Amino acid sequence: MSTEESAPEKGYLDMDLLRFTTAGSVDDGKSTLIGRLMYDSKAIFEDQLESIESTSKQRGDEHVNLALLTDGLRAEREQGITIDVAYRYFATPRRKFIIADTPGHIQYTRNMVTGASTANLAIILVDARKGVIEQTCRHSFIANLLRIQHVVIAVNKMDLVDWSEERFNEIREEFRKFASRLDNIVEVSFIPISALKGDNVVEKSENMDWYKGPTLLYHLETLYVGPDANHVDSRLPVQWVIRPHSDQYHDFRGYAGRVAGGVFKPGDKVVVYPSGFEAQVKAIHTADGELSKAYSPLSVSMTLDREIDISRGDMIAKPNNPPTVGQDIDAMVCWFSDKPLNARGKFLIRHCAKEAKALIREVKYKVDINTLHKIEDDNTLSLNDIGRITLRTAAPLCYDSYKRNRVTGSFVLIDAFTNETVAAGMIR
Amino acid sequence: MQDYSVTHLKQLESEAIYILRETAAQFERPVLLFSGGKDSIVMTHLAMKAFWPAKIPFPLLHVDTGHNFPETITYRDDLVERLGANLVVGSVEQAIAEGRVVEEKGPNASRNMLQIQTLLDALEEGQYDAAMGGARRDEEKARAKERFFSHRDEFGQWDPKNQRPELWNIFNGRMAQGEHFRVFPLSNWTEMDVWQYMKAENIELPSLYYAHDREVVVRNGTILAVSEFVQPRDGEVVETKRIRFRTMGDATITGAVESDADTMDKIIEEVAAARQTERGNRADDKRSESAMEDRKKAGYF
Repeated sequence: MSTEESAPEKGYLDMDLLRFTTAGSVDDGKSTLIGRLMYDSKAIFEDQLESIESTSKQRGDEHVNLALLTDGLRAEREQGITIDVAYRYFATPRRKFIIADTPGHIQYTRNMVTGASTANLAIILVDARKGVIEQTCRHSFIANLLRIQHVVIAVNKMDLVDWSEERFNEIREEFRKFASRLDNIVEVSFIPISALKGDNVVEKSENMDWYKGPTLLYHLETLYVGPDANHVDSRLPVQWVIRPHSDQYHDFRGYAGRVAGGVFKPGDKVVVYPSGFEAQVKAIHTADGELSKAYSPLSVSMTLDREIDISRGDMIAKPNNPPTVGQDIDAMVCWFSDKPLNARGKFLIRHCAKEAKALIREVKYKVDINTLHKIEDDNTLSLNDIGRITLRTAAPLCYDSYKRNRVTGSFVLIDAFTNETVAAGMIR
Repeated sequence: MQDYSVTHLKQLESEAIYILRETAAQFERPVLLFSGGKDSIVMTHLAMKAFWPAKIPFPLLHVDTGHNFPETITYRDDLVERLGANLVVGSVEQAIAEGRVVEEKGPNASRNMLQIQTLLDALEEGQYDAAMGGARRDEEKARAKERFFSHRDEFGQWDPKNQRPELWNIFNGRMAQGEHFRVFPLSNWTEMDVWQYMKAENIELPSLYYAHDREVVVRNGTILAVSEFVQPRDGEVVETKRIRFRTMGDATITGAVESDADTMDKIIEEVAAARQTERGNRADDKRSESAMEDRKKAGYF
């Protein structure tokens, strides 16, 4: 495939990137769908294909089992279990894709939360025979909680319901009724597919001529994802201070980080948090030269017009638009550990480049993610539970609500004894 | 409306720089694993960018199998000098001499397994707590499961069933005494991304990557360059082929591909049309279905 010829609107050096995650239980055909997307977009190499062809034949599968492409580890093949999240890559002439491939059946919520945390879009698979089930609701709730703004409901196995338009419409109505309670999702698309046969995945289906919408791949290729990034609230979490100590750059003191929101320009007035010192941006540096503006997600370093004490963990922002600076955090968390979370538990919190001790004050409620009801009288969170907590940190954090900014509004909790990451948090 | 779109290469670059800075900040003694291959060359370039105008704040570690292409070593030494970086060499040759490892026997002997021990020894000796590698998730299915920050126990082992969840861009590099991390800033890059980036950044590469005429033998379907380490066996014919290398490693296991691509543009075209995976010609990966995974568990990249 010659990239240049088939992509008149974009050269291969300036393609953009879409990160998506897939959700659905094992039997919904998730692995088959990923295999199909990669196979039909020619992202599978001959040696890979030969290997899964021979394995399929050996197992006596009727078709080439595309799901084998995603079963990477020995233990997965031997035991038929799926371990944690894997990442897959493919590209078409229009766009590059990163798939967070989350296993369906073990450690359910934890895996989906992990995959969803970096995604712009979620594909939720629904079995056309079963329709909207508890799991569909659970996936949608997590996508909503993690603020994935674009969701595709891929109604799969249409071949098993005689390619029925009526059935598809029924599922769409069922889902819409449920989704009216989800406030973060901007756009939901419904696409009837057969991952096994390839209908409406890459190629338009001849079996469903009643469907006038795009194929799944075309939708993924053309979806506009620009507004996901926050270009309003200027935030530079300081990761590292660059001090060359060289003759040429004797007084250079660059504050290095990845812009988490908004736009910085030379001459801008900035405030450093939590100290509150003010300064002006002298220049924005990269190894390729100075920039006239820096915005998310670029990694840059910044020099200021005066010497102030700034270190890793501080946040550079604009005076008229500061982050919240505080030690009392109200957040939704997803619990990842076998050891349950109890009020009064002590952890380390990691937020942007800052790490501090944290004390859980209160578990306000737990969410029943199948019904979306709040369970108020239970103040522990067990593995895979999602709940609302308050916590107090030993040092002030500079944060935004997760709703406003996924970078400055998210954190993880770490068990200080085992060093395990035990929770993902989204600040309210 | 202002256009704040960022191309995929810029996004990958920015992400890798972020990871390199996180590594420098979170660990006491990080080290960058440098093999002389294109991925580690790109990583070194990114490290230069991440800390510019300061020098790279960690050394480069080359685990030298002793079976190098001379071009690789020349390139390495030039690069180190140009960047003003520190180079540490862990030598398999020396490990053999000291009896810490024993050379494999048999016709397909390779120094791959010996590299693992030499790497672990070098990490221990330098007391490095984070080793950055150029491995990418698209290379191999076991690598698709790898984290950016990959925890290794006191034996250097990877436990795929007990990996830390990695959310958003928050990386947890905390560990106990004696443990260390492997860090993979290029996790999200594909082979194509690496080539496109090298072109966009005008990165110089060892000549081995470009098509050239070379004396080779074809062994078990793999084209091997004849050298001091690879000598024709009975029945093998030495022929001159126009070849280039897609990956770079120990000269005894790195297979070449027949190619006329002698410029970056031609290589990109060739990679775009490739129907075989990059590592399809690495003899060490063909040993078993789980060869890479097993090496990773034992402490390899």
